[in-house]
Amino acid sequence: MVDKAMYEGNRETAWCPGCGNFPLRQVLVDALADLDLKPSQVAMFTGIGQAPKMPHYMKVNGFNGLHGRALPPALGMRVANKDMKVIVETGDGNAYGEGGNHLLHNIRRNPDLAHFVHDNQIYGLTKGQASPTTGEEIETAVQPNGITAQPLNPIKLAVSMEASFVARGFVGNRDHLKMLMQEALKHRGYALIDILQPCVSFNKVNTYQWYAKRVYEIGEEYDPTNYDAAMKKAEEWGDDIPLGIIYKNEDKAIFHDKLPQVDDKPLVEKESTPQDKEYLLKEFK
Amino acid sequence: MSEQVALTGNEVMSQAMRQINPDVVAAYPITPQTAIVQTFSQFVNDGDVDTEFVPTESEHSAMSATVGASASGARAMTATAANGLALMWEVLYIASGTRLPIVMPVVNRALSGPINIHCDHSDAMGARDSGWIQLYAENAQEAYDNAIQAVKISENKDVMLPTMVNMDGFIISHAVENLNLLADEDVQDFVGEYHAENPLLDSENPVTVGPLDLQDFYFEHKMQQAVAAENVKDVVLEVAEEYEELSGREYGLFEEYKLDDAEVAVVALGSTTGTAKTAVDNLRENGVKAGLSKIRLYRPFPAEEIAEALADLEAVAVMDRAETFSTTGGPVFADVRAALYDMGADVEAVNYIYGLGGRDLKVEEIESVYKDLEEIVETNTVEDRVQHLGVRE
Repeated sequence: MVDKAMYEGNRETAWCPGCGNFPLRQVLVDALADLDLKPSQVAMFTGIGQAPKMPHYMKVNGFNGLHGRALPPALGMRVANKDMKVIVETGDGNAYGEGGNHLLHNIRRNPDLAHFVHDNQIYGLTKGQASPTTGEEIETAVQPNGITAQPLNPIKLAVSMEASFVARGFVGNRDHLKMLMQEALKHRGYALIDILQPCVSFNKVNTYQWYAKRVYEIGEEYDPTNYDAAMKKAEEWGDDIPLGIIYKNEDKAIFHDKLPQVDDKPLVEKESTPQDKEYLLKEFK
Repeated sequence: MSEQVALTGNEVMSQAMRQINPDVVAAYPITPQTAIVQTFSQFVNDGDVDTEFVPTESEHSAMSATVGASASGARAMTATAANGLALMWEVLYIASGTRLPIVMPVVNRALSGPINIHCDHSDAMGARDSGWIQLYAENAQEAYDNAIQAVKISENKDVMLPTMVNMDGFIISHAVENLNLLADEDVQDFVGEYHAENPLLDSENPVTVGPLDLQDFYFEHKMQQAVAAENVKDVVLEVAEEYEELSGREYGLFEEYKLDDAEVAVVALGSTTGTAKTAVDNLRENGVKAGLSKIRLYRPFPAEEIAEALADLEAVAVMDRAETFSTTGGPVFADVRAALYDMGADVEAVNYIYGLGGRDLKVEEIESVYKDLEEIVETNTVEDRVQHLGVRE
């Protein structure tokens, strides 16, 4: 068993008291440690936002890059070293707004990554503008008349593209969220968890209470490998919000499967023997 | 009629935008710009402006929407900073290359990485060759005045180029200053109505904006753009003259501060010039003939005028709040030095790169630059042509 203290950072956070990022971080540490993963075996990729500050506040290998661009460098890392557990930690803005295009193509490639989206339905870092998941009824400082665009349903989007693992969690249901994270970390392929969490400072509508009243955990009778059922489940939002693995397809090829040259060991451990490739030149002679 | 108010740089920039009353504003939040657009969106909500406001999903989309609006014949604005500007990069060239008179406040902030939200000029300096006019401000009053003048400069038929109205992040954008706002109707009269010459929405005269332009005409179009850039200096001065009549505040291509009889001087732009003025005053009290040249119009670069203003100095230090990693100095230095070379002026020019990522620059540090210049004059030798000021080693 890995000691959880190994993951604990020693920096004061810039998160507000009561921020959903605190329980999320705790659950993440629990999930990693209980899977017997050491911080040195984990690489975390983030963009810009409150969620992407995560590698500042816990001890893992961290890469903090550009807003919306956490997925591409994570994919690069994954290709270079398949032995690391690669986590992408973003907010709803990073994942579904500025990084939306990367999300689409990442689902297509299906690399072996776990993507945890801290979905608080608002831009917290820049102090309360609408994100792609902000509800239409919400007024923000930049949208004082409410949101004119329809909110994105990330679960439906991912399921419709047959992403290989699609789940929704809530920071208020910690044991359940931990289970989801562990399943995502164990999953072979791209695992997306949309994690509902309140922004106590800038989202006055989607509070702990708002979520707690609506969320329910999907029962065991639900079959996440059934695409049609998953599409139907993905549409649920409003008075009842399902939590759990909405869709899973373990048979889907992962990005590595299509790259035979990097399938056996990390690039750094491979010997470079260009002299063995001389036969390739023969056909040009 | 003007009104004295105490506002932050961001607040006053949103007031300038309210008074300009553009047809379209499209934007995406980024520190330290967010407050400009956020305050402006409240004006939209309250019906204080007639603007169509478009919150987008990225700065690339913000600039693209602004380009679309401007091409359609609307007066269009946006605002950004740092990586937001960097994400706009390819669209910046579409705006200038298709001759769209967009005005964009840029709240100068260091470009990542590593991530930093504080002031330097790496964002705007990186975009200095994108074909946009660039104005820089010492304080919030100047940023406000520049924004209003920028509309008239950009939309001048001899120019038709977009303008970045630069203002130092946090130092100007977040600090409260006493300043004067013009009356709304005076700003409206000053900027007037915008009538695009070939708007997309003129169904009687359909046009295509930005089609393929290969070896046959691309070069000629770029030449036209270069000619427009040549015209900018005169237009900036004309607009400044008109603006002075309205506001009583005087503007030029650059400001000369105690430069007439100076022997040593600093060339700088942005908020640091305010600090430099204090350094000049202190040194003058001690008998040092110190001066300052504060650049307002950096793109296009008023090379001849600046070289002429510096020609009688013994030595000049150019201050750059951006690294080019050329190892030959910052961007302003390269321009000033080339201008002095053309003039054949016998002035030693050295470069100080300072203030990266918001590192504060104190009066004493600027005074030390003048002391270095005096030493150069005395010994007739330059030991370090390019130095980094205020950095730990």
